[in-house]
Amino acid sequence: MHESLDLRLWRHPILDFERGKPVGIYLNGERIVAYEGETIAAALYASGVKVYSRTVKYRRPRGFFCGIGKCSSCLMRVDGMPHVRTCITPVKNDMKIEYEKDLGETPATSEMNVEEEEIETDILVVGGGPAGLSAAITAANLGANVVIVDENPEPGGQLTKQSHKFFGSKENYASIRGTEIAKILLRDLQTANVDWLVNASAIGYYEGKKHHLAVVQNNQRLIEIDAERLIVATGARENMLAFPNNDLPGIYGAGGVQTVMNVYGVKPGNDALIVGAGNVGLIVGYQLIQAGVNVRMVVEATPKIGGYHVHAAKIRRLGVPILTRHTITAAEGDGHVETATVARLDESWQPVKSTEQGIHVDLVCLAVGLTPSSELLFQAGCEQAYVPELGGQVAIHNEDLETTLDGVYVAGDVSAIEEASTAMMEGRIAGANVAMDLGKKTSVAEETKVKSLKDLEALRASAFSEKVQKGKKKVWNLWREKN
Amino acid sequence: MSSYGETGVLAPEDLEKILPREERSRRGPVAILECIEKIPCDPCAYACRVGAIRKRSLVDPPEVDYDKCTGCGECIAICPGLAIFVVDLKSKGNEALLMIPYEFLPKPKSGEIYEALNREGEPVGNARIIAAREMEGRTTVLTVAVKKDLAMVVRNIGRRMR
Repeated sequence: MHESLDLRLWRHPILDFERGKPVGIYLNGERIVAYEGETIAAALYASGVKVYSRTVKYRRPRGFFCGIGKCSSCLMRVDGMPHVRTCITPVKNDMKIEYEKDLGETPATSEMNVEEEEIETDILVVGGGPAGLSAAITAANLGANVVIVDENPEPGGQLTKQSHKFFGSKENYASIRGTEIAKILLRDLQTANVDWLVNASAIGYYEGKKHHLAVVQNNQRLIEIDAERLIVATGARENMLAFPNNDLPGIYGAGGVQTVMNVYGVKPGNDALIVGAGNVGLIVGYQLIQAGVNVRMVVEATPKIGGYHVHAAKIRRLGVPILTRHTITAAEGDGHVETATVARLDESWQPVKSTEQGIHVDLVCLAVGLTPSSELLFQAGCEQAYVPELGGQVAIHNEDLETTLDGVYVAGDVSAIEEASTAMMEGRIAGANVAMDLGKKTSVAEETKVKSLKDLEALRASAFSEKVQKGKKKVWNLWREKN
Repeated sequence: MSSYGETGVLAPEDLEKILPREERSRRGPVAILECIEKIPCDPCAYACRVGAIRKRSLVDPPEVDYDKCTGCGECIAICPGLAIFVVDLKSKGNEALLMIPYEFLPKPKSGEIYEALNREGEPVGNARIIAAREMEGRTTVLTVAVKKDLAMVVRNIGRRMR
């Protein structure tokens, strides 16, 4: 951390970063300038802080990893509260941030000032990304009472960091940047009269009248929500890759990097290696260059580029090499990544020692896939299955997106790792189904469902969707066996 | 299958299938849609005011009717894959005009000279900026002049030359 260091991007070719007024936060007593609207982790990163926590046993330094509250790399003590996820907690003037000592100390109950509230609603949607927002808007427009909770400071999910224009059909947001689609959905959410709670985490499913969830808002407000129907759209978390020193600060999930860079406008590093040439890796590579980062190369373990080739072409013509059949084998650095070793893989996926090369980077983006964030569904008692085509362990569901638990639905990445466009369609389908399930059987509801199913089918007609379609058929069959 | 899926760079055999005949390019500006994969995407077909771009289905690659295409460039910034370019070989001199999508800072200005980069990002010559137009969605469409024999090779600009 340096007094004058400011890694914020004040100019960007595509994005405008709206920063609030400057405030002062304190890291172990040292004052750091932050801007209202930033998260603690983003503000610290902008001032050069790279270490957020240390492992309990070996005291190894940890950077942030996911940037969206799903890993536990950035837990710090904030105003006396232990284990605060600094990546999703907004800054406040005079906030005191400390490194956690050992396991952290629980504050006295008298210091916590807990508030409690109970809410009853027709539909509770957990997760305000493309799927959850689409579900909430659709169901509310069909006349249902909807509450949506999201643990980030702003709804929009991963759309808020997708600064590229989307594929798709013209009538469904094609050629519009993800960041703009997020704004459209937010406007629709406001006009649809949905109650939405941000900085609110659904922490568990409990016994209640119907579907009873405990939600904690701003780390101090306990809200119990009882809903007739539950739509879980909790998205996914980024996968880790095993290699020596993979926990060094500077090695982050590609989506985490997007959050810091595209939501909060902070330059994530100077020289980057990208691991994985799927759409996420390719797109993040392009966006890093837009933010002024030197992208050294993209390595991809399989023999083929996994993402759309036009995304690959965009970074190739910027001079970025894409090395297929290559991977990262190790990282080195003193408290922060300084060198990454990459090597070619042989036919049996083993690194060829003689091809190892060390490249000097201060940023490694892991874009090696995602895993559905299904925890809440499993805790609620939904039956699950391991479906590799869908990204791992998922709740068994049918074409209508209903799980094996009566009245509990899924939509988006939590049901299958796919993309934002398909997530929005699934959200609409789930929203329409739930509304009809609650007796809003209007022709509009039926039309919405039929239209969205048709649009989803059209989106899934590309070769890239073959895997997902296979996986979906598997879970649909499993659902029929169970019901 | 060509090497496109391993390199991210269209192979000569891929280009052969999509490029217009040379006589057409010499007649005036024409759009080159470097989009050969099945992608669920269709805005280019709607952007075209003369109906020169056809999508048989949402995922089928676009087909261009080069006789209808006027090379207006309306499709360039619309393409989410930034895969559309316009090539104009009409001039009698040694220069061709190219229109390319561009999303980086600093924004090039007319008259400036940049390195001309090929599909692999390698410098192959110079590109003179003729115009820089910011389009909807903040994508800039650059019109650059390059040597005629580089018209089908150059697809980006690199460092600014002094």
